[in-house]
Amino acid sequence: MPEAIIQASKVEKFYGEHTSATIPVIAPTDLSVEPGQILALLGPSGSGKSTLLRMLTGLTRPSAGEVLWHGQPIHDCSPNVAIVFQSFALFPWLTVFENVEAPLKARGVNSFERRKRSLKILDTVGLDGFEQAYPKELSGGMKQRVGFARALVVEPEVLFMDEPFSALDVLTAENLRSELLELWGKKAIPTKAIFIVTHNIEEAVLLADRIIVLGKNPGCIRTDFEVAIPRPRERKSPEFTGYVDYIYKVLTSPTQHDAPPLHPPQEPQLPVVARTPRVAYQMLSHARPGGIAGLLELVDDRPNGREDMYRLADELSFELDDLLPIVDAAHQLGFLKVEEGDAQITPEGHDFANAEILRQKELFRQAVLTNVTLLRQITRTLEAKKDHSAPEELFHDLLDEHFSEEESKRQLETAISWGRYAELFEYDADRHRLYLHQVDAVAETPSL
Amino acid sequence: MRRVRTFAQSTVRTRTWPLLVDFAVFAGVVAIFYAFATVTRYWFTAPVAEAVIERSPRALPIYAFYSLVRMAVAYFFSLAFALSYGYIAAYNKRVEVMMIAVLDVLQSIPVLSFLPGVMLATVALFPTRQLGLELGSIILIFTGQVWNIAFSFYSSLKAIPRELREATRIYGFSRWQRFFQLELPFSAIGLVWNSMVSVAQGWFTLMLCEMFVLNNHDFRLPGLGSYLKTAADHNDKQAMAWGLAALIGVIVLLDQLLWRPLIIWSDKFKFEQVESAAPPRSPLLSMLFNSTILRAVRHRVFAPLSERLVVYLAHRPPEAEPAKPAGSPIGKILAVGAVASLAGLTLYATIKAGILLSGLSAADLSLTLHAAGATLLRVTLSLLLAVAWCVPAGVAIGFHPRLARYAQPLAQIAASVPATALFPIILLAIIQMGGGMNTASIVLMLLGTQWYILFNVIAGALAIPSDMRDVSSIFRFNFRERWMTVILPGIFPYLVTGLVTASGGAWNASIVAEYFRMNEHTYTTLGLGAQISLANDSGNTRLLLLSTVIMAAMVVTINRLLWKPLFRLSESRYRLDV
Repeated sequence: MPEAIIQASKVEKFYGEHTSATIPVIAPTDLSVEPGQILALLGPSGSGKSTLLRMLTGLTRPSAGEVLWHGQPIHDCSPNVAIVFQSFALFPWLTVFENVEAPLKARGVNSFERRKRSLKILDTVGLDGFEQAYPKELSGGMKQRVGFARALVVEPEVLFMDEPFSALDVLTAENLRSELLELWGKKAIPTKAIFIVTHNIEEAVLLADRIIVLGKNPGCIRTDFEVAIPRPRERKSPEFTGYVDYIYKVLTSPTQHDAPPLHPPQEPQLPVVARTPRVAYQMLSHARPGGIAGLLELVDDRPNGREDMYRLADELSFELDDLLPIVDAAHQLGFLKVEEGDAQITPEGHDFANAEILRQKELFRQAVLTNVTLLRQITRTLEAKKDHSAPEELFHDLLDEHFSEEESKRQLETAISWGRYAELFEYDADRHRLYLHQVDAVAETPSL
Repeated sequence: MRRVRTFAQSTVRTRTWPLLVDFAVFAGVVAIFYAFATVTRYWFTAPVAEAVIERSPRALPIYAFYSLVRMAVAYFFSLAFALSYGYIAAYNKRVEVMMIAVLDVLQSIPVLSFLPGVMLATVALFPTRQLGLELGSIILIFTGQVWNIAFSFYSSLKAIPRELREATRIYGFSRWQRFFQLELPFSAIGLVWNSMVSVAQGWFTLMLCEMFVLNNHDFRLPGLGSYLKTAADHNDKQAMAWGLAALIGVIVLLDQLLWRPLIIWSDKFKFEQVESAAPPRSPLLSMLFNSTILRAVRHRVFAPLSERLVVYLAHRPPEAEPAKPAGSPIGKILAVGAVASLAGLTLYATIKAGILLSGLSAADLSLTLHAAGATLLRVTLSLLLAVAWCVPAGVAIGFHPRLARYAQPLAQIAASVPATALFPIILLAIIQMGGGMNTASIVLMLLGTQWYILFNVIAGALAIPSDMRDVSSIFRFNFRERWMTVILPGIFPYLVTGLVTASGGAWNASIVAEYFRMNEHTYTTLGLGAQISLANDSGNTRLLLLSTVIMAAMVVTINRLLWKPLFRLSESRYRLDV
């Protein structure tokens, strides 16, 4: 095995480093980037993919552990890396040429050489003739080409990409992906390794030689395997769909310690890393009740109320980040079971999907009160209070001990939206207070 | 559209222990003020001769030039200072909270309270009389215009998207490259708009500090302000007309030749990924860009120079994320020592100031409090009057594009004339009509502040989506319903922004408005502004300190208790873009 270019050992990241209550974002993780490989990092949102990428590039310091660049601590040397950003991160006031030239300027390359190298790389990525254009004149795909040109012009040893295609439409993204593979395959770029962060499973299987799947809360490696399909890869081929199915299984498999290890289609690889112990509050998935109902109705219409997740996502043209929270939420509420990458509706789910609106609310209310600790607690607190109301702050503080500041806000937001839908309580957005739902009470409308 | 955002931005920031910081800052300011007053009394010895101000229109061009030079120098220093201040505040976490609190408080201190101190100090510093006075007026203009530029730069720096920042770091930009290719372009639009507001404020101050009386010494600087004042002193109507025409001319020219091209040029720095439908154009600007001489200068001089700079600065290791603050023990001791001695000095001076204030008689104190009440009433009244005419007028202009085409340029010209330039003329007219200083002071406050409200209301009315107006016509809303459900909520955030700025302006204007000397006669009325001016005139440091502190405290309190909650409300409930 060749020597790794970047070697991360036991890197960790947590919030609140200087306070007693630290919240882990990424659990201790070992990872290496080796030459000759396209490495894809895949995971749901909140798994710390981007944070991991930033630690590997030296942009962010890990809270613990260290990152080595050719055996040296990465902060002691200036690693030759580049990043292609999701938002392109181009300077709108500079022309295409000036954008591409900027990194060379930073390295003190003289103007003649700068011009030569910039024009050459612009030609390589197909931007000939656009040198004097401003980014805002270009389409999304062209902008990302500028992003690629700016990254490649410094001839990085490792090219990092942070969801580079997710802001583009499907066709443009596909086109850019195949061009990237072509450049890589023909060795037209001097880059030794590519590290791509994505939440698109097919994209990972299409591009990568090796895939790492992250789990969340906190982020940790769940599986790490090589993709042994020869290129060019065919999306419809059984090997391809086998890998995609496998990744779905990993992502949706139960997360307790006793989970059976899963293996990629070929041969057994690294075992699945177990997840962290659960906290007092389960993590709510941020899905709207309407979305959950929609998904359940869809699954319920299938034979035996069972459907392959991959097919569901494909049919809805959802990406991982769109589908998983809804599935998770339906699972949390006991409406759906997830087995072997398939979604199976439960009897409760079946009832819910077929009920009319008021009955749906009632079923939802039962489901929430049985399954969601936080909502049970909110309702109980409101019942106990004399005026049947409580400030939002109170619950926010409770959650703060278990989640990061931002996450606890989102958790409460989701809980409130579920609770309102279930008609458990009302929420006054102006005063940030929760009120117990009373049929006879007239909703207060403060006037100007 | 002139939408001033300085206060707006300062209010929405969440701050840690604001009260404590505010008190510390307040104490610091009081201390500096006291130090200044003490030093200047000692310095002030030499008598000052009076410059003679001509009233012939032929003198106007040179006077206009003098005034412009003052403005330009003051603006240059303001910009330089504001950029450094904003930069340090944005990047140095340890001093950030403190620096922003300082900005907040300094914005609410009336500039004119500093007039005697600054003037006496600079005059004493330079035996050549002219330079001292010039410097004094420049410092005053600077103090009046620097804060909102600094705030604008600071908040722009804070708003730079994370990925752009990361791009500059991963590609190893040097500090200078980052400044010129990211930070300055990103904040350019805010800087241009705030500069316009600041320069308008500068004219207001300039008109005053070109001619004033201190301790029975008449200070005069040749300029447009002193020309107008002299004309008013002699009741020379023709000269007044000439002076006003010259002033308006200069301001309109500046607007056409400087600000308009600048605004259009800064459109290039709009942070947008999609091109807007009709980018504005300027003939002057395209002329400049196509000029052969300028292009040659760019190619021969600027390009090679910047090339050298870039290459020189490039060969450094890229900046990694700042490590945990380690710092040498000596540095730490020095820092702690510096902070401790600064705190000690502040405490000392604050106590001294307190002792000075404790010498005030009960009568003085009660008079000042009464005066504060009177000024508060006047400020409120002038704001109400401004709202009463600006809201209907602004909504009418905003809803009728044809009216807007005529009304808006007129209003802009009217707004550009500094209220202080008009004041002598208006005062004369009111006195001739049998009115008193009380009426005149309200009129002046109104003059200085109504435009902020008008322009913001117009902007608000324009921002109301036509869908909403259609809804109100389809359902046949009557007049009252229309105003209560569509128009007032729609313009509310803009109205609050305008009121915030106007309120600050009105307090500052009270210093001029309540006490005015003309033709050897002093017109005055009970008020906090009059107290400050009187204390300035008679060299009563004690009274000056007391009145200034009370005024600043009132402005800050009103901001915190009234405007900030209103602003929050407008940000959360009355936003149209949800």
